[in-house]
Amino acid sequence: MVEAIRLRDDEVHEEPAVSLDSFLDQSNATAVRIEAGEDARLLLPYLDRVSLIEIDFPAFGDGRGYSAAQILRESGYAGELRASGDVLLDQISHMRRCGFDAFAPNSPINPQRMEEAFKRFEHVYQATSDQRVPIWRHRHG
Amino acid sequence: MYQYDQYDQKMVDARVEEFRDQVDRRIAGDLTEDQFKPLRLMNGLYLQLHAYMLRVAVPYGTLSSKQMRMLGHIARKYDRDYGHFTTRQNIQYNWIKLEDAPDILADLASVEMHAIQTSGNCIRNISSDQFAGATADEIADPRPWAEILRQWSSFHPEFSYLPRKFKFAVIASDTDRAAMRLHDIGIQLVHNDAGELGAKFFVGGGMGRTPMIAPEIRDFVPADELISYAEACLRVYNRYGRRDNKYKARIKILVHELGKEEYTRQVEEEFAHMKQLGLNPPVEELARISEFFQDPPFDTQASDDLDLSDPDFALWVDQNISAHKQPGYAIATISLKPRGGIPGDASSAQIDLMAELAEQYSFDELRVTHSQNIVLPHVRKSNLYAMWQKLDEAGLAPANLDLITDSIACPGLDYCSLANARSIPLAQKISERFADLGRQRELGELKLKISGCINACGHHHAGHIGILGVDRKGTENYQLLLGGSGAEDASLAKITGPGFTEDGVIDAIETVTDLYLEQREEGERFIDTYRRVGMARFKEAIYG
Repeated sequence: MVEAIRLRDDEVHEEPAVSLDSFLDQSNATAVRIEAGEDARLLLPYLDRVSLIEIDFPAFGDGRGYSAAQILRESGYAGELRASGDVLLDQISHMRRCGFDAFAPNSPINPQRMEEAFKRFEHVYQATSDQRVPIWRHRHG
Repeated sequence: MYQYDQYDQKMVDARVEEFRDQVDRRIAGDLTEDQFKPLRLMNGLYLQLHAYMLRVAVPYGTLSSKQMRMLGHIARKYDRDYGHFTTRQNIQYNWIKLEDAPDILADLASVEMHAIQTSGNCIRNISSDQFAGATADEIADPRPWAEILRQWSSFHPEFSYLPRKFKFAVIASDTDRAAMRLHDIGIQLVHNDAGELGAKFFVGGGMGRTPMIAPEIRDFVPADELISYAEACLRVYNRYGRRDNKYKARIKILVHELGKEEYTRQVEEEFAHMKQLGLNPPVEELARISEFFQDPPFDTQASDDLDLSDPDFALWVDQNISAHKQPGYAIATISLKPRGGIPGDASSAQIDLMAELAEQYSFDELRVTHSQNIVLPHVRKSNLYAMWQKLDEAGLAPANLDLITDSIACPGLDYCSLANARSIPLAQKISERFADLGRQRELGELKLKISGCINACGHHHAGHIGILGVDRKGTENYQLLLGGSGAEDASLAKITGPGFTEDGVIDAIETVTDLYLEQREEGERFIDTYRRVGMARFKEAIYG
């Protein structure tokens, strides 16, 4: 098991993530894992009691998890959002831009290279849930 | 035309360095080919049959002379001295070495160009009307809107791993020169009742194995909600587009399977949420970009007179010149379809010459067309003859725009690893068979489009006459299609019947064009006669 990467300062949430079905059946679960094809919007009524949402990437080319992450952040989710599965160096910046702040990759990612990847693009063109200032706002204040 | 500011420049420069690092890691073995493939594809680098192919983006088909010269330089320095202009207004080079690719991207970045997202399952280069800013029939220049979309779609983190590739086209005229409704999203700029400019959205068009004409899903999106509406369209697709079968993964299949009404309902629901999120650049950004697309300083006294005493020049003017909005000026299309030539190919010397002529005669501007030709959009009529002479000397003055030899052809089995049949030699043979310009002109407007496999890169579904190359028990076989159009009268061509050999399909084209000449009524183009007379009559002529 490769160690998870966390970009958060709060304490690691210890409760294991349960499946979406189990989560929706229980009244007290605080960590949930959603698979690529599952609807993140089903979690929206419960965001205030969730501390960890893990979104699985079965293959790095399956981009559904990016939209799931954006939907959760746009709806105000502030807990840990963890990308798991086929999470690779070359996609990790995009994941972060969509609101992921933790990563549980199948294979280890070199931390130094990850930092370089995060810094590669000084500016961004779009407003997304990482709250970076898009270029058009720099241009027009 | 648009010029980068420091932000745009930093983005492409960072991309060059990122890709250099990725290539280094691939060569060192730190990346597997499977991991590297989507990365190189997002930089336009394909592995073809014989070598790497690099596709360079020409956003909305607009180039400066300086940029065009760089394209010639790349052809000379890194390729076999030629480039190939494509149906998405881009250029591609067929003989690239992997280790040169980062240097080529750096050269491109030095003239505000890139190869970002010219491939991969992401938002591709935004295409547009090659006559934008020059034609009288547009209500606005569509290119500022295309540039807004270019920036928004570049490195979009949510939409870089879509189910399949995604293509936009933006036009601003009822005359469609960009095959707008055969794109994943087609946008036509329109005015609303209040006289404001906005975007009409058509979603779910495309060619490929399952061709579809995009239905209209919204009649007006205001300028300051363009991006949130586009995001809503893409998000529904990214979440629910099929990923189990790459041949059913394009948005057209989703729109078709859900139905236009249900897809639209989901988009509207997403849009209601997304327009609250502050995703849209302010109108000042559209105004800033529009400043770059102001008219060049036309001479308002320029004469409309044209000396047509040279008969060859007169033919070229009649065929390849289109009306300009400014009196005394013309839009000139340079045909890259010489007799026996490869559609869309140009040598570095020809590329340089076109750059020079644009500088001298067209306010420094060129356009690439989806029919694989080049346009000089703003030529003073009094300069046309001198310019034509230089084009003619360089083999760049075929007077065949929109005629049967102005064909579109995909690279086919000569280059492409997906192809089942060759396209280029067939296009060459057809251009020989129909070489007589008098005969071509007698046939009039006739859009001939050739694809070497069902992926339809040669737009055969949209051809008045389409040809589809297939593999039949190990030999190349060509199916004939009739009745397609990528223009404002968009329609999908239908297969006539059993396929032909290479020579057989050319004979069949002669049969159908002969039938057209026999059956046509006053003023009818081939497509009009076909639509009136119907497939049965043409089938009977071909198969007896």
